Amino acid sequence: MEKRGMNERIQALRELSVSTQPHIDLERAKSETETYKKYEGTLSVPELRGQVLYDYFATKTLYIGEGELIVGEKGDAPQAAPTFPELCCHTVEDMHVMNDRDLINFSVKEEDYGYQEDVIIPYWERRSIRSKIIANMTQEWRDCYEAGIFTEFMEQRGPGHTVGSVKIYEKGFLDYKEEIQKSIDSLDFINDTEAYDKRNQLRGMAKSCDAIMVLGKRYAEYARELAAKETNEKRKEELLQIAANCDVVPAHKPETFWQAIQMYWFVHLGVTSELNPWDAYSPGRLDQHLNPFYKKGKEDGSLNDEKALELLECLWVKFNNQPAPPKVGITLKESSTYTDFANINTGGITPDGENGVNGVSYLILDCMDEMKLLQPSSNVQISKKTPQKFLKRACEISRKGWGQPAFYNTEAIIQELLNAGKSLEDARRGGTSGCVETGAFGNEAYILTGYFNIPKVFELTLNNGFDKMTGKQLGLKLGYGTDFKTYDELFEAFQKQMKYLIDIKIEGSNVIEKIYAEHMPAPFLSIITNDCITNGKDYNAGGARYNTKYLQGVGIGTITDCLAAVKYNVYDEKNFTMEELLAALDANFEGYERILNQVKNHSPKYGNDDDYADDIMKSVFGFYQKEVTGRKNMVGGTYRVNMLPTTCHVYFGDVMMASANGRLAHVPVSEGISPEKGADVNGPTAVIKSCAKMDHLQTGGTLLNQKFTPGVVAGEEGLDQMANLVRAYFNMDGHHIQFNVIDRETLIAAQKNPEEYKDLIVRVAGYSDHFRNLSKALQDEIINRTEQSFC
Amino acid sequence: MPLVSNIQRYSIHDGDGIRTTVFFKGCPLKCVWCHNPETQSFHKQILTNREKCVGCGSCEKVCPTKAISMVDGKAVTDQLKCNGCGNCVTFCLMNLREVAGTEYTVKELHKECKKDEMFYEQSGGGVTLSGGEVMVQDMDYIEKLVKRLNKRGFTVTIDTCGYAPYENFQRILPYVETFLYDIKAIDNNVHKKYIGVDNNLILDNLEKLSADGARIYIRIPTVKGVNADDESMHAIIDWLLTHKINVAQVNLLPYHNTGSSKYARLEGKYEGEELQTPTQEEMEHFMAMFHDAGFHHTKIGG
Repeated sequence: MEKRGMNERIQALRELSVSTQPHIDLERAKSETETYKKYEGTLSVPELRGQVLYDYFATKTLYIGEGELIVGEKGDAPQAAPTFPELCCHTVEDMHVMNDRDLINFSVKEEDYGYQEDVIIPYWERRSIRSKIIANMTQEWRDCYEAGIFTEFMEQRGPGHTVGSVKIYEKGFLDYKEEIQKSIDSLDFINDTEAYDKRNQLRGMAKSCDAIMVLGKRYAEYARELAAKETNEKRKEELLQIAANCDVVPAHKPETFWQAIQMYWFVHLGVTSELNPWDAYSPGRLDQHLNPFYKKGKEDGSLNDEKALELLECLWVKFNNQPAPPKVGITLKESSTYTDFANINTGGITPDGENGVNGVSYLILDCMDEMKLLQPSSNVQISKKTPQKFLKRACEISRKGWGQPAFYNTEAIIQELLNAGKSLEDARRGGTSGCVETGAFGNEAYILTGYFNIPKVFELTLNNGFDKMTGKQLGLKLGYGTDFKTYDELFEAFQKQMKYLIDIKIEGSNVIEKIYAEHMPAPFLSIITNDCITNGKDYNAGGARYNTKYLQGVGIGTITDCLAAVKYNVYDEKNFTMEELLAALDANFEGYERILNQVKNHSPKYGNDDDYADDIMKSVFGFYQKEVTGRKNMVGGTYRVNMLPTTCHVYFGDVMMASANGRLAHVPVSEGISPEKGADVNGPTAVIKSCAKMDHLQTGGTLLNQKFTPGVVAGEEGLDQMANLVRAYFNMDGHHIQFNVIDRETLIAAQKNPEEYKDLIVRVAGYSDHFRNLSKALQDEIINRTEQSFC
Repeated sequence: MPLVSNIQRYSIHDGDGIRTTVFFKGCPLKCVWCHNPETQSFHKQILTNREKCVGCGSCEKVCPTKAISMVDGKAVTDQLKCNGCGNCVTFCLMNLREVAGTEYTVKELHKECKKDEMFYEQSGGGVTLSGGEVMVQDMDYIEKLVKRLNKRGFTVTIDTCGYAPYENFQRILPYVETFLYDIKAIDNNVHKKYIGVDNNLILDNLEKLSADGARIYIRIPTVKGVNADDESMHAIIDWLLTHKINVAQVNLLPYHNTGSSKYARLEGKYEGEELQTPTQEEMEHFMAMFHDAGFHHTKIGG
């Protein structure tokens, strides 16, 4: 593998990070089980959760690797994956599967199987959130879940999907403790019926402050211990500086660039050790947060660009050292990756509306370019005010082909946030995290609840609500495809089925929210999320300033082409009858080649700037969006939609029979808002125009993948026009675009000889991954994404 | 009405910015290396990807002019009998056939060109009319189209071989921003050998166009064995200097054979098998020659 990194130190750290096999680390689970056994029933739930974090941080194995400048690991060493049995209590079989599976595997130590069986499982099996969820769901919910109508995010991982704000760098945890105490002192036990609950929550937060501070203190001591033994004078000095940094943060606010990064990293460890929240945690607008420290350091001479870049690269390694928590079952299928989606927004605008690109922004681009790591997922926010130089530098990295940075539209993000009721300043401080999800950083809990399989709803619509794959009646009995005399009748039935299935999903999510609010508060995350302390309420119970739930629609390209094919061929042109089409679908088109050719190659398709198809897309999206948006959730906010798939489009395709657009059974459905594979034949501008007909501003994020051959983006001309494509899409309110610039031949070669292409990284869906770590189906899917080649 | 063989959006090598290029069908020349052979004929044609044909015979059954027959288990189209109706296209189960040549009214074509307006504005792009040869099409139609595009605020670029009556150029000159003007060879023996005609009309027109104040990009398809040598390039440079051609840009277009497979699809044979692409060093050397002669805006590629 090629060596990357600005100097030998970084190269060695990066090498270790990318070559170490991820492993299961039970230390956290052991510690937690002991804490629960000791305190369960005597401490309130929030206090108990604070105690769990405290006990783990007070005893856990510390790790300071050779040459490291930023310290702290979630587990015992790089690539450790602690488990969270309070959420998902893995069976011994799960552990074997994790260890043995070919892809996304985690090695399990021999003695851990026994410990899991003898200690963890007996205690957690019935206490875990996952078992509570399964026990509380209706039969309809379970049938739909098993059939792949929707997925459920919270059955193995905690709600998270959140991002840090500038607040992290403005206060230390001693300051927070003081704030918490003030909030406790001001509780009104005479008039406030929730005062008791609030006190418990606040005490849990206070305990969590102690937890992170004890970790900092232990790292300071450990670094001094290592320094005492160190013979290399230079390293000794570094270790002493690390110790000095840890004397300051996290107890106090950071004073230097180095301390600011270390502060963020401690907070990151706190959030991701407390629970295993989706998308880990993200620094958000890192360039803006670090800029004051950068400027100060440069002014007083303590920092130069080289040193600043080195510290950023050290942070990048830290992110990459943390694999996503091990997943199993459907959750693994919807998100089959080691990537944990920590996402950094660079550029955009400042809280007062000025261009936000600064010196650190360019350093972050350099860092991303040099490190070429999957994590953190790095993106750029492009505003009307963003200098062309910055956009072109980002394009220059993007066209190297591994999918980073992705491009986000600052104005669209702000408008989306304003539409969702945020203040202008909070909106300007916001951005995107995870894959493409919009949020008000530091002020919002924006929780993804699951993916929703829109094309599958149509499959049920054609079959009287019956699912031929599972043999179960999942939808309403509204008749078969042949019963609908007009397209409008068919579309109305489709809408009714969709509403019915969304109801089932959201009823389930509402119960799950309550389960988390009651049993699994996140007091540490609450400390750093406005306004949990002043509200005396937990992040998982609606304590944040804003509380949004997202339902992610998948397969808009496929469903559009299905409806267009039916409308065009059955109702408008009468090329064949509905009976014939249904027979063709049942036969997976075998013996129906003429119908297959007609629907696949001679029918209107989304992605070609053709209003016939694009109007259908708008009608489906419009219905889905209106049906979900504004529904009340259980924590004082509302539901909204976004349109992204992670790897779920592969799973959702797998649970489907052949579809009316010529997609064969079990083949992936379309991803994000990208057209169905091979459907777009008019080039990238046509794709972009089709996609822009969706009302992005009504969503919390959409995802568009554009694949180019290297020739199209070569040279200054290619670079200029790539930048212009991005600008034009954003002028049309597009939310996000990302590029894969790798030719088909390379991908096919990499599929055949994975060993020779170990370094090959591709954009999947809102994140990048090693090509070799993708399933065969997903590899095929990426190979077949339409390649825009125009020379 | 002129036939259009293709409308290429996100065209970034046919003039400035992001453009939509309209390829008109029919050309007075027959360059050996032509990579768009389907644009040579003025008539509709069927292209068949015969390699993948499974010989099912669906196309043969639906052909109204009996132009299709099965030879060695594969469909072969008699281009002389074919009227380009396209029945066979939708009936081909393997989706191996396409019609080259579609009629658009000026209004329809304008509507297609309008689609990428946002991209033109962003990038300083516009519409390029190419071919085949646009300057030998129905000039009433072309003039109407060009005026209409202009009125909408789109810049128009004309990609031409120059082999057309000069009146045709005069008619549209006020509405054209840039001419992409091909020069293949100054030596008329070479020109006749590879292009089929001499270059007198082409060079005369270029001189007039320059004198009339047109903005001109000189485009030189650079082919090894034809003109990719110092002598040929010097000849072009000398001619441009001697005739005081006002050149805004020179584009040296290295030969590529990506169009060669299209000949078989038209039941024809590619005659340029022995042609070769110049090396990158050679291209850079030619570029340096133009730079040295004072053509500072010289690029390799479009």
